[in-house]
Amino acid sequence: MNMKPDPTFHATAQLAMQAPVENYGFTVMLSPDGSQSDGIAVVDLNPESKTYGTIVHQVIVPNKGDEFHHFGWNACSSSLSPLTGHAFLERRYLIVPGIRSSRIYIIDVKEPLKAKIHKTIEPEEIFAKTGYSRPHTIHCGPEGIYVSTLGGGGEDGTDGPPGIFIMDCQTFEIIGQYEMDRGKQDKHYDFWWNLPQDYMVSSEWGLPPQFENGVVPDDLLSNKYGHSIHFWDLRKRKNIQTMDFGENYQMALEIRPAHDPSKSYGFCGVVVDTTNLQGAIFTWWRDDDGVWQSKKTITIDPVPADADDLPELLKGFGAVPPLVTDIDLSLDDKYLYVACWGLGEMHQYDVSDPMNPVLAGKVELGGIVAHHKHPNGKDFAYGPQMVEISRDGKRVYWTNSLYSTWDDQFYPNDEGGQMVMARVGKNGEFKLDKDFYIDFPNGYRSHQIRLEGGDCSTDSFCYPNV
Amino acid sequence: MTFDLGSTTALWWAVIFSGFYHGINPGMGWPLAVSAGLMERKHSALPKALGLLAFGHLLAMLAILLPFSLMTALLIWEKEIRIGAGLLVIAMGIYLLINRQHPRFLARVHPAKLALWSFLAAMAHGAGLMLVPIYLQICKIGVHDIGHQAASTLMQGNLVNAVTVAFIHTLAMTFAGGIFATVIYFWLGLKFLSKTWFNLDIIWAISLILVGVFGIYSAYFGH
Repeated sequence: MNMKPDPTFHATAQLAMQAPVENYGFTVMLSPDGSQSDGIAVVDLNPESKTYGTIVHQVIVPNKGDEFHHFGWNACSSSLSPLTGHAFLERRYLIVPGIRSSRIYIIDVKEPLKAKIHKTIEPEEIFAKTGYSRPHTIHCGPEGIYVSTLGGGGEDGTDGPPGIFIMDCQTFEIIGQYEMDRGKQDKHYDFWWNLPQDYMVSSEWGLPPQFENGVVPDDLLSNKYGHSIHFWDLRKRKNIQTMDFGENYQMALEIRPAHDPSKSYGFCGVVVDTTNLQGAIFTWWRDDDGVWQSKKTITIDPVPADADDLPELLKGFGAVPPLVTDIDLSLDDKYLYVACWGLGEMHQYDVSDPMNPVLAGKVELGGIVAHHKHPNGKDFAYGPQMVEISRDGKRVYWTNSLYSTWDDQFYPNDEGGQMVMARVGKNGEFKLDKDFYIDFPNGYRSHQIRLEGGDCSTDSFCYPNV
Repeated sequence: MTFDLGSTTALWWAVIFSGFYHGINPGMGWPLAVSAGLMERKHSALPKALGLLAFGHLLAMLAILLPFSLMTALLIWEKEIRIGAGLLVIAMGIYLLINRQHPRFLARVHPAKLALWSFLAAMAHGAGLMLVPIYLQICKIGVHDIGHQAASTLMQGNLVNAVTVAFIHTLAMTFAGGIFATVIYFWLGLKFLSKTWFNLDIIWAISLILVGVFGIYSAYFGH
């Protein structure tokens, strides 16, 4: 326990932007076939360092087949919440769930170069204490650590709905289910919130049988994946409104609320519109009567392609869908980055007016048909996927793998893990950095990135920008 | 009330100082007043929030002090009550010293229910208990001043004492917290919110123990 708040906790998003920049990144190392153990790669991001842009340490776990995907911090700027009156946690541990094994590792990264496993929570404990399985998104908040899950109980995770559970942020004891009234919510994926305004938003991917062995084309074409988001009274733990985007908007994934908590809006990315293969972004907001509304504010068109160039799954469509699989919002709430994993593009939208986003920049890299090369001349497997923005908004990092079995369906000929970085200029110019390109060790793919001291999809701020 | 008596004056100052002490502790809510002013984007929200926090704190003080003021009527048990109160305060201090967990239940209160939050925060910290030994000593001195009166008159006097102690303490608390909130809100900015935020957990718990020891000591050796 510290005597003063952790220096990486910031009252506002603005203060976080002015804080010292990141020296290290932490990136998932995934063995897609479970032949090796998964791990967390520690990446040197200090340009002054001799080992800049390389993996300088690896925490490889003892088990195989965990399937790392998303992960997060034990504590963040939400500790400065005036309500807890207790700001003395340390941002020190990464909570890393295996979405296939339901095991959770707590990794101590106080000294990034000596990062090590601090505690392991076995699947049986999670099943017994929560009734959930397949833990996924991590957020630190008012009651401790919140973990979203993709599966309910039972062998295939369909015995009861998935949801969120709470974990103590110091002892990592599992406390139990979050929900008191889940309403219509029966699938889960991402969630985030606005702490002073006391609301949470959650999203839907699909149930475990719909993703663990690959995307199920029949389910997709009959619109059986998630297409709703849910608004919650955060502290009452109650679903107050379920918003259905329409059943053709399949897989409503990432939830990105404005970082400034005086704003009552945010974004949600939809992977594919099954009527036209478009990718879509919805802006959601609370109207003057307190009712949540949403509007589709970005659409990204599919690109026609020869059936010969397409994987089995897409041959019948004669086009590459954009596949919007991740979005991330800069801390100044100005730029929304949208990963078009199918096209091989990373889009940068100016969302200063959240109802009228404007495409401001674009980087092409990889892609099912396009196969854009990196400016350094090397190939980029798959397409841009998990994206993370530096706190100051000047560097945008991303990796390439979506999910083991899905990579193989959409990119049957690709293999490998890469992490790259694009720079954002003073006026928003968005360009790949030719010299930043990390090839992951043989047999490993990469997924989510976390930045030392917090990033644009971890920290929740409790005070508005001034 | 007689302020000319040395020790009575000291006791009333203790009431005021404990108010300052509670006020500067962010755990008693001044950051909430800053947050309210900023979230509502108007200056008037800050004093309003301070008022609500003060109200909750006052209720928490009364909730602890009033039962003790009733007990002071049991004159023959006076010493035992004071020793018991002292032990209770020490126990609370030891509990807070051992149990250093993140205060999860306070986080479940809606951010707009400031008075309720303040009441619960004060209760959870044993803020009211910290005043009990001081209050009982004030009552004790009162007994000597007044001489042997009817129990009902005495109880009435102690009731007035309890309300006065709670009121003066809360006023001092609001003043101190208000200064922190105002200076950060108007001048220093939120950067100083995390800079001025000190961990008072251990000092707070030790304060409770010391006050409890004082209570027991004065029960034996006081007036």
